[in-house]
Amino acid sequence: MEAFGLLIHGFAVLLTWKILALMMVGLVLGIFVGVLPGLGGPNGVAILLPLTFTMDPTSAIVMLSSIYWGALFGGAITSILFNIPGEAWSVATTFDGYPMAQQGRAAEALTAAFTSSFIGSLVAVLLITFLAPMISSFALRFGPPEFFAVYLLTFCSFVGLGREDKHKTVISMSLGLLLAGVGMDTVSGQLRMTFGSGDLLRGINFLVAVIGLFGISEILLTMEERLALRGHAAGISLRVVLAVWRELPKYWVTLLRSSLIGCWLGITPGGAIAASFMGYNLAKRFSSDPDSFGKGRIEGVFAPETAAHASGTAALLPMLALGIPGSGTAAILLGGLMVWGLNPGPLLFVEHKDFVWGLIASMYLGNVIGLVLVLTTVPLFAAILRVPFAAVAPMIVVSCAIGAYAIQNAMFDIWLMLGFGVAGYVFKKISIPLAPLTLALVLGSRAEDAFRLSMIGSGGDVKVFWSNGLVGSITTLALLLLFWPLLEQAWGQVGRAWQAVTVR
Amino acid sequence: MAAPELEIIVDDPTAPDAASPAITDSAAVEIVVSLALLALAVTFGFDNWRTGIGWDTAGPEAGTFPFYLALILSAASLYGLVTALRARRRHRETFVTRAQLRRVMAVFVPTLLFCLATQFLGLYVASFLLISGFMRLVGRIAWWKSLLTALVFTAAMFVTFDIAFDVIMPKGPLEAAFGY
Repeated sequence: MEAFGLLIHGFAVLLTWKILALMMVGLVLGIFVGVLPGLGGPNGVAILLPLTFTMDPTSAIVMLSSIYWGALFGGAITSILFNIPGEAWSVATTFDGYPMAQQGRAAEALTAAFTSSFIGSLVAVLLITFLAPMISSFALRFGPPEFFAVYLLTFCSFVGLGREDKHKTVISMSLGLLLAGVGMDTVSGQLRMTFGSGDLLRGINFLVAVIGLFGISEILLTMEERLALRGHAAGISLRVVLAVWRELPKYWVTLLRSSLIGCWLGITPGGAIAASFMGYNLAKRFSSDPDSFGKGRIEGVFAPETAAHASGTAALLPMLALGIPGSGTAAILLGGLMVWGLNPGPLLFVEHKDFVWGLIASMYLGNVIGLVLVLTTVPLFAAILRVPFAAVAPMIVVSCAIGAYAIQNAMFDIWLMLGFGVAGYVFKKISIPLAPLTLALVLGSRAEDAFRLSMIGSGGDVKVFWSNGLVGSITTLALLLLFWPLLEQAWGQVGRAWQAVTVR
Repeated sequence: MAAPELEIIVDDPTAPDAASPAITDSAAVEIVVSLALLALAVTFGFDNWRTGIGWDTAGPEAGTFPFYLALILSAASLYGLVTALRARRRHRETFVTRAQLRRVMAVFVPTLLFCLATQFLGLYVASFLLISGFMRLVGRIAWWKSLLTALVFTAAMFVTFDIAFDVIMPKGPLEAAFGY
């Protein structure tokens, strides 16, 4: 077991006081971010990224990923206690979690949520531990055409499998790819789309865009809502925890099903939000008593939370193995890798063993510490909600500005952030998805390089994308996914026609 | 053992009125956005065509890849424009009500002023002004609480970024007076 030995090595990298302290700080900040309205996982990580600029990559990624775990845990607190999902992926948790809290079983619901989150991410981390090294060593054989085909697959699956209007996904993605191209061309050194502006020469930084798109726009959106809330913050006693844990084996089917759904949707760009709903709906469908869901059934908390966490964690698998993020937050962590001077992709497993295995080990450790932390400190974090939004909002704005400025020390970036904030607000309201834009911005230049290198290699012949079995099947799969909705429609029509014929 | 309970109640006195009239509908905004994206795509497309979309000694020219993306973007925005025009005839969905817009502007305008102030006074002074002003004028929180919160938060940011982590923020005349 090579992976096992490397994992032990990873733990050895982690077990220093400095890294453990950073992990705690990250988890606490992450729970904050998850609990507060108007601050989500992606922008929490993006805003706090500048803190890590002067750290070494391992400490930096441990802190950032801990923020991510913390945010995943934190989202459940407000959903259960106040019926206000702190994150979109905890909406499904409110269905049964809030009724439980109203029946005075808040502690039970919170324990269930945290425990199932823990189980979900544990399954996903196990998957990462054993699958990611295999995928990355396989991908070491990839040349530019293979890489371009994989990028194409990522983009096409967004269009084909996304729930939004197809043209809106295409708009978001092509806009992202275009904006990624602004500035100096990396191959020829020529300037593109700068229109003589010195500030655009540097290009549009991905993190600045993310801070605007998720941070600023989220505050504008939050202000539209009524921000009143009312509820009880319950402490969790050890007895309740043990009582819930004793019940766990009874629900192993639900937990396993949700973990698998989460892992699958995390690796493919379906995301934690879709996973949590799917986990909930399937648990309800397969239940012997589906009517009791929505009225405070503990299974209704287990199912979505397990799936959301499994998905949030599994999203890091393609990021580590191939350099392709499976979620918005994974995309930001990827942006972080580049800032710290690491080159994301399959070589990461060969060239930066300490970093990769330190990160994987921190996933185990971070989730254990996170579980203990949230179980013991829930009332403290719930009390944060007493702070009025009028105090929180300007602080978030200032943090966003600091984050945006720190990346390149440019005042222009603060204005850019504001522009992206307004665009993000409008896009969200007319349901143009932001995730494809984020992904396109971070992958844009590498996708273009892969495309141009393939073209140079083949002398401009597009057939290079079908030149061998591997690249050919990835490209074909990508095109199939792109036209999936059309194919499905056509298939349905064929089926109906066939039915009409046979019935007659 | 009964777990300690803590009641949490937060009020929102300035919440937007649910019955407030709509300012505009979503389809109208979609039309405007589609037109803006189309204009952007055409501008970018033209610039890339000027840069070169052919083939030179080093492979595809710099403008090739983005040029075709601009084509895709303009096609998708045109499609969006047509669907939005059609949808608008059928039914209109509220984009934002007047009361909501007032609240959104109550955040947006201070944020805009904050960015301006950062440019001229430096980030920390701007941060102090934004937090104290916003808490007092929008949140109706007592003056002393607003000023104290702003001061503590700004000072904490200064210590964290400029001193502890060496991440240097834009400075203005005030910091210059203290020698930073």
